[in-house]
Amino acid sequence: MRYALLIYVEPWDSTPEQDTEVMNAYNGFTRAAVAADVMRGGEALHGAKTATSVRVRDGQTVVTDGPFAETKEEFGGFYLIEAANLDEAIKWAAQIPGAARGTIEVRPVVDFPSPGNPGDAEQAPAGIAAG
Amino acid sequence: MQSRHRPASPLAEPGPAAYDAVDRIFREESGRVLAGLIRVVGDIDLAEESVQDAFIAALEHWPREGLPPNPGAWIATTARNRAIDRLRRAKKLTEKTDALGRLMVNASAAQEPGPEMLTDRPAVEDDRLRLIFTCCHPALAADAQIALTLRLLGGLRTPEIARAFLLPEATLAQRLVRAKKKIRDAAIPYVVPEASELPARLGSVLHVLYLVFNEGYSASSGSTVVRRELASESIRLARVLAQLMPAEPEVVGLLALLLLQDSRRDARQDERGDLVLLADQDRSRWDAARISEGLALLDRAARMGSRGSYLLQASIAAEHARAGTAVDTDWVRIVAFYDELLAAQPSPVIALNRAVAVSMASGPAAGLALVDAIAASGDLAEYHLLHSARGELLRRSGRLEDARVALTRARDLATNDVDRRHLDRRLRELAS
Repeated sequence: MRYALLIYVEPWDSTPEQDTEVMNAYNGFTRAAVAADVMRGGEALHGAKTATSVRVRDGQTVVTDGPFAETKEEFGGFYLIEAANLDEAIKWAAQIPGAARGTIEVRPVVDFPSPGNPGDAEQAPAGIAAG
Repeated sequence: MQSRHRPASPLAEPGPAAYDAVDRIFREESGRVLAGLIRVVGDIDLAEESVQDAFIAALEHWPREGLPPNPGAWIATTARNRAIDRLRRAKKLTEKTDALGRLMVNASAAQEPGPEMLTDRPAVEDDRLRLIFTCCHPALAADAQIALTLRLLGGLRTPEIARAFLLPEATLAQRLVRAKKKIRDAAIPYVVPEASELPARLGSVLHVLYLVFNEGYSASSGSTVVRRELASESIRLARVLAQLMPAEPEVVGLLALLLLQDSRRDARQDERGDLVLLADQDRSRWDAARISEGLALLDRAARMGSRGSYLLQASIAAEHARAGTAVDTDWVRIVAFYDELLAAQPSPVIALNRAVAVSMASGPAAGLALVDAIAASGDLAEYHLLHSARGELLRRSGRLEDARVALTRARDLATNDVDRRHLDRRLRELAS
């Protein structure tokens, strides 16, 4: 059996020291899960303020700012995709069958810098995607 | 405002006039310079800071040395150099190498003006188009779209935008920070959408310009000067858009609509700041230059074939503009335009406007029946203009007591002083 462990936390104004503490705790969890060979994947997401909701109604894609807010629908699954920018991600989101009846929330994944990996230094600065 | 329209020659001299020049050039050029720099550095904040640096440098140099021959190019070059400085100082230099490389290429191209500078021109124009599509991206909240557009493209400063929307400066500043953070973190692209997406995406750009204009045009409370600024800013941005997308009928139609509406600006308030209705306006005070430009644009847009909602609204505004006196207004044609508008975009507000037009074309009874039907649906129960229109039609039908009740209801629902004073006056006229 595989299980998705979904993390719900209240956003808070943390100090850099607290951030380090939290990061260390998560790194500890990740190491334990990898060591036990239960780890199959996982990502940190940017905050709900970066979320975009995508719905398809009458064949039209409706894009709105903000996270999914209804309470009737329930979290049914997720895809992790690689896209050049938000417009591409929205296009894929609109093709998910659930978009026609429910809502697809598009949340960017946090790109952690990994200093040990020289390949990451080649990455573009965290700016807006070039056209 | 007046200082912006001084002749160009005195500004070339050193002295205090240079301060006004910096202000004027900031408004006119900052959007263009910023749009280009954002494309190169890929970072809105860095681009904004660099453009601000350039204007600070202008404030130091121009009052002493006089204006450079091409102030816009001076600002662009200085901003680019400041961006290079900032990138060189940045700690994570490796991450910035790409942007720095692009800036250096641009800098060397700028030093040798040649044919490549001329061919670069369309790309530069495209930058502002990219920026307006980024600012008005549907993944940003509507109020953030407006604030970003005014700030990044309109060259309005945060306190000015806050004053115009009667918001605390901190609220507006936070809105801008959040929007820019979302653009960065969610990677909202800096592109003109592809053709298949253009109609939907263009709609949100046009809607932002329309809302900005209405905010400036509607007689709400707040500083009149700043509100005028909003209306003229939206017209300026609509002009830019019409230059960049001359074959889009709705872009040209929106510019025509804004110009035709704005032509009546001086006539729609009297010297006490009270509202003057269309029928009572002194038409000699309408701006003839704005009207002729608006009508010419409308003709051009109408020849393009498709008839969208801005073109139809401009057609209605044009009927008023063409009528020499209020009684000359062709209300039958106006009703026909409203029929088309209502079919394209069903909305109770448009239905209400159509009902008023019907009353002018066919008498108060026909209009009143339509307004009563809208009122019965409950859609506009809290909308003061529904009750004031109904009151007016009841008065024209001779039902004075019903008219008083409706106008009193409108008076209670009106949200700004100008509307309240206007309804008070109509209630007094009714009583006498």
